[in-house]
Amino acid sequence: MTGATTTGGTAVTIARQALLARPGIGDSDLDRALHKLLRAGVDAADLYFQVSRHEAWALEDGIVKEGSHSIEQGVGVRAVAGEKTGLAYSDDIVLPALLEASGAAGAISRAGQQRSVQAWRAAGGHQLYGAADPIAALPDDDKVALLRRVDEATRAIDPRVKQVMASLVAVHEIMLVCGSDGVFAADVRPLVRMNVSVIVEQDGRREQGYTGGGGRFALAEFLAGDRALAMGREAVRQALVALESVPAPAGEMVVVLGPGWPGILLHEAIGHGLEGDFNRKGTSAFSTRLGEQVASSLCTIVDDGTLPGRRGSLNVDDEGTPTQQTMLIENGRLAGYIQDKLNARLMGVAPTGNGRRESFAHLPLPRMTNTYMLPGPHAPEEIVASVQKGIYASNFGGGEVDITSGKFVFSASEAYLIENGRIGAPIKGATLVGDGPSVLRKVSMVGNDLRLDDGVGTCGKEGQSVPVGVGQPTLRIDGLTVGGTSSAG
Amino acid sequence: MSANSPKPGVADLQERVAGALALAKRLGASEAQAAASFSTGLTVNVRMREVETLEFHRDQGMGVTVYFGKRKGSASTSDLGAAALEETVRKACALAKYTTEDAFAGLADPARLARHVPDLDLRHPWSLDADAAIDLATRCESAALDADARITNSEGAGVSSHDGYRAQGNSHGFLAGYSDTHHSVSCAVIASAGEQMERDMDYTTARHPDALESPVAVGREAARCACARLGAVKIGTRTAPVLYPARLARSLVGHLVGAVSGGALYRRSSFLLDSLGTAVMAPCMTIDEHPHLPRALASAPYDDDGVATADRRVVDRGVLQGYFLSSYSARRLGMETTGNAGGAHNLVVADTGASFADLLAEMGSGFLVTELMGSGINPVTGDYSRGAVGFWVEGGELRYPVSEVTIAGNLRDVFHGIAAIGTDRDLRGGIQTGSILVREMTVAGS
Repeated sequence: MTGATTTGGTAVTIARQALLARPGIGDSDLDRALHKLLRAGVDAADLYFQVSRHEAWALEDGIVKEGSHSIEQGVGVRAVAGEKTGLAYSDDIVLPALLEASGAAGAISRAGQQRSVQAWRAAGGHQLYGAADPIAALPDDDKVALLRRVDEATRAIDPRVKQVMASLVAVHEIMLVCGSDGVFAADVRPLVRMNVSVIVEQDGRREQGYTGGGGRFALAEFLAGDRALAMGREAVRQALVALESVPAPAGEMVVVLGPGWPGILLHEAIGHGLEGDFNRKGTSAFSTRLGEQVASSLCTIVDDGTLPGRRGSLNVDDEGTPTQQTMLIENGRLAGYIQDKLNARLMGVAPTGNGRRESFAHLPLPRMTNTYMLPGPHAPEEIVASVQKGIYASNFGGGEVDITSGKFVFSASEAYLIENGRIGAPIKGATLVGDGPSVLRKVSMVGNDLRLDDGVGTCGKEGQSVPVGVGQPTLRIDGLTVGGTSSAG
Repeated sequence: MSANSPKPGVADLQERVAGALALAKRLGASEAQAAASFSTGLTVNVRMREVETLEFHRDQGMGVTVYFGKRKGSASTSDLGAAALEETVRKACALAKYTTEDAFAGLADPARLARHVPDLDLRHPWSLDADAAIDLATRCESAALDADARITNSEGAGVSSHDGYRAQGNSHGFLAGYSDTHHSVSCAVIASAGEQMERDMDYTTARHPDALESPVAVGREAARCACARLGAVKIGTRTAPVLYPARLARSLVGHLVGAVSGGALYRRSSFLLDSLGTAVMAPCMTIDEHPHLPRALASAPYDDDGVATADRRVVDRGVLQGYFLSSYSARRLGMETTGNAGGAHNLVVADTGASFADLLAEMGSGFLVTELMGSGINPVTGDYSRGAVGFWVEGGELRYPVSEVTIAGNLRDVFHGIAAIGTDRDLRGGIQTGSILVREMTVAGS
């Protein structure tokens, strides 16, 4: 293999410069490390170089109190032998460390066939976001000024606003992966985020409101129009609604979920259960159900890592596989799983561009990117009007799933009673609990108002966090348990 | 340093911390603090009696915070090389030019900094190579797989061991360090009956390998818990007493800590504002903080500000005796630091003399929760609503498993509704408590 075949693409050029040039690691060194990894019995091996810089600014009490910067870099080396995986890594990108880690990870295999390292080829991949460093692209003065402006504007909305907290985060990550299967790919990933939260107080009662948003784009997008100020308005609106909230009902009832972020339902109820590792091992409630009707025929759900600028999008995944749109549920039928290379190989299918790792110090796993339901035929008003008694939930905190039993939860942070087809009083936050394999069979109406979330999702699995997106149109579910305290429900 | 260079020791890390502080001073910072850490570790996972993953860990990092008068800047790096450290200190200084003056900013009061660093017996390395770790994990998982014919699948058993050093210092002359170890064995298996599959797990964790439960016991317990879940049903919505077993009871104490921590208090984002000296829990609750317990998981000689930690009573017969404050949040509230920058250090909840069986009997009919799901807690109002799995109890005995329900209430009422604390103290965390019986919560189901 030679370097000449591998130098295609801006990302690869940037990554070589950022990761390999300073320590003087050349293609022959990469080759040597891969050969060291690929001892007898090892089926596949890869080297994952990464540098990630993170900057955060935080405002509270009307002043920008915190400015912080962090840099993490290293190389992770992996050897896979059958279902066995060895990982070793070093914070230091230098040749001796790379070779030592390669020797350690390769120890996963004791005996077997000796495979060869395939010639590197430039990977495909998308151009879903710019390579520019979002930290450097906006002067620090402007970042600080933006937070101050949001603080002032948000406090001016209502005298009941007692505290405003706002933060601005920018991440610039550069990764390069080369594997014994010939993959040689790189990606340069910007990720920005802005959060605003408020505390309001009225007659001794206090409530909070929170909004956030972001994606793989430049911080300057927050300066465009009044996107940042709108976050402040939304946080205040939520908090003021909460001041009027009554105890949530308890028990099973009809639930209408609003569009956008409530799509966390799909992520928990369906998405995790369709990850390749759980299905290969037979530990998911969806194992062996491919082709079966697992949702109402109104439901079509995809995982799509190719949406431009989205928080969950990637040009290539962390194994160098280009991302794609993967059909998970088609008209209610289970159509496919999401896969990394290891699980795809063991299940005899193609990888789907979902091999992701939190960092060089973690192993890749099949993970979601942006998971959403396609729109249906119903107007959202029509869906609400169809409900005699139930709740309408428009905003959520987090969720969690037990993929084996299929039971999942997600916590509503903004919800209302529905009575006689009309949205009524706001209710206090409550956890909703359901059963993944059966909940989508209870979807009786799907709205025509598909929306993706604003770029706030972080998914945790086996201790690894990765940014993800979700989305959905308005949905009617004919029975979910609402975890309130009021028996009046 | 490279992977094959010698591991840095506490003294090496202290040298780097001192170097960063000196550089910050040269760059004009009026005050600075820095911390560095280094650890190595090994994790293995065995699934269906075969090795699944073998991971060699080697983590390091350094963080520095500088003050230019009342302006603050922070930076951190995973590279402990001289060039990266210099870049990091310079970056922190650069950021401090843009932050706003904060009257409360700055280091801890020098009089409160730890002068002596007591040896808390926290480092007990485990001479465990990959083969030995694999053998332990295999024994653990096999014990689970062989325990019951209904155990049909497994997520595997894991063994991990970590050995680390840390150093910390500030420009008031504080410079200290210590080392510690962490070991654990865990197992998660799946029981099935017909179409139904249920997963459960067990684990053991300690500073000293000799303090770990046997891997066989962990495997058997995981199998027992998974099998006990089979046949779980949803129950009707009701109010009922709820029993939190020791390993979940610590979450209730954790919610108290969150609500009376400095950050939540000065931001007014707590349901327990101005609660010092008032009854925040039932009179049967007494909680002490013991930061210097030998070998305990949350022991620490000093906090993240370098402030000496010390024993104290946090809750006395239900009445709150102290908040959890860092130097910053204390100044912000016009109070004194409690040595809790970074969190609580070993909270020990006094029991009321009841065994777990006594608690079940006292509950009579009610819900024993064995797993909590989601994080449905509003810290500002105390509203609590979480997914739960467990058992319905009648006449003090487990009748049948329950899933797909929620338990809800307001934490104020939950805290005041605590009826008894068990003697079955769980030592696997920084909060050591026995099982906790709560008089009444809403259980929502069908």
